[in-house]
Amino acid sequence: MARDNGTGGPISVLGAGVAALCTATELAARGLDVELIAPEDAPVPASRFAGGMLAPFCEGEAAPEAVVTAGQTAVDWWAAHVPVTRNGTLVVAPPRDAAELDRFARATRGHAPADPGALEPDLAGRFARGLFYSTEAHLDPRGALRRLRDGLAAQGAAIHGGPPRGRIVDCRGLGADVSGLRAVRGEMLLVEAPDVALSRPVRLLHPRFPCYIVPRAQNVFMIGATMVERDDPGPVTARAAMELLSAAYTLHPGFAEARILELGAGLRPAFADNMPAVVRQGRNLHVNGMYRHGFLMAPVLARQAADLILTDIGEDTHAH
Amino acid sequence: MFYGTELQSRLMLGTAQYPSPQILSEAIAASGTEVITVSLRREGREGGAFREILKGAGRRILPNTAGCHTVKEAVTTAHMARELFGTPWIKLEVIGHADTLQPDPFALVEAARILCMEGFEVFPYTTEDLILGEKLIEAGCRVLMPWGAPIGSGQGLRNIEGLRTMRAHFPGMPLVIDAGIGAPSQAAQAMEMGFDAVLLNTAVAKALDPVAMARAFSGAVAAGLEAHRAGLMPRRDMAAASTPLFGMASLA
Repeated sequence: MARDNGTGGPISVLGAGVAALCTATELAARGLDVELIAPEDAPVPASRFAGGMLAPFCEGEAAPEAVVTAGQTAVDWWAAHVPVTRNGTLVVAPPRDAAELDRFARATRGHAPADPGALEPDLAGRFARGLFYSTEAHLDPRGALRRLRDGLAAQGAAIHGGPPRGRIVDCRGLGADVSGLRAVRGEMLLVEAPDVALSRPVRLLHPRFPCYIVPRAQNVFMIGATMVERDDPGPVTARAAMELLSAAYTLHPGFAEARILELGAGLRPAFADNMPAVVRQGRNLHVNGMYRHGFLMAPVLARQAADLILTDIGEDTHAH
Repeated sequence: MFYGTELQSRLMLGTAQYPSPQILSEAIAASGTEVITVSLRREGREGGAFREILKGAGRRILPNTAGCHTVKEAVTTAHMARELFGTPWIKLEVIGHADTLQPDPFALVEAARILCMEGFEVFPYTTEDLILGEKLIEAGCRVLMPWGAPIGSGQGLRNIEGLRTMRAHFPGMPLVIDAGIGAPSQAAQAMEMGFDAVLLNTAVAKALDPVAMARAFSGAVAAGLEAHRAGLMPRRDMAAASTPLFGMASLA
């Protein structure tokens, strides 16, 4: 039996990306009546192009401590809802960029020195040193989004194109009207590389073209991602494709024979501090600014949003 | 002195690669810089949100042509920069080698000539080569920006004698050490040698604490400038006693 939210209607979660689906799932889990407003013609959510890495320690290289601390709770949240691979993250650098590895080690915690070839046999002999973040995990973003959506539908949540019938939690990324938000363009590739086997995300450090490679099912890999301060959702540029492919080729020459399945570009919503946030706007809430921390931070923000709404409902009930 | 503009702070700061715009803004404030550089080649016209944040820093903006490999690209990017920022200043980079990011001296002079004729105030990213410097001045440049070391390498002043010669060869011409600076001591060294300013980016942006590092560079550049003005003592080949030997006991 769903709890009444104090206004009579359901909670209307706007959006179809990771922020919206996590928030709606969390609200439903707290016993609230939820509807998901996701019009057919809405822009493709940026989380479709995400890496799906649950890597709070690696993100700590550039992200504030709050991402590292809070992000660690995300793995268990996801594991309760979708398949998650807990295999850690491997970080390597080409020999001439060894200084980047030292810097990365100093800028992060939760790692141990590792022999890349011992962890990933395909990398044996290619990289002498690496960093292993054993507690990190990854998931398949598109599969995860689909499962959350199916889960909501199975619980009886209405999924429709609007108009919203209740109190709004706006998770529409750049489509939302919230101040201080900007677009950071990201480009990625999906390739099928029969000659390469990796069992965990591998990050290749480089002073100008860092990249990560996340294994998906059956020799499919996601190669990402550029970060450009640009509000342009257009197709992947040749430069981005060359940089990402050449980084992948540096990691393993087998990527030269890979088939390119998809080239994707998305716009990440970001606040000035690049920190995802729950923002109150009257009675409505915004869950936004996911930047490159969507899958890592969406469960954290979903819990925050749910706490705020339940507190409000408690106060409303008292007022009555 | 920089095209008629006097600068109190002689630290110029690049704006790429920071963890967030917020930290960038704090680093700019901590550095005390009066000039920030901005790249446009990749961001294009659609980078408006980031440009607004930079404008909000309230510093003079020196747009650059980073990432340009040909005269045409550099000139086009300079035109876009003038339109977007409303400044005649342009830091002219024409890259000759994608890996070392070494300037292409031939294309650099050609692009400088075109832009100077069009009324731009050109800050060319160059090497310590004297003839190249002369050609750039001949083309209309009134500032030269020799590299300390390859961009992003943090190696400091790789050819100290060459840079010393350059400083001596162009008296009165504003010279800015651009690129390759990794540590505040290297920035101080450049200022002690009589260079007029230092431009850097990675050393601050990629520090574990960019704001604190910006502050450190600010102090180092100011110290180097003051030391140069105060007149450094000449270096001597061997230790020299500074007190007279007369009166000391001879125990032989």
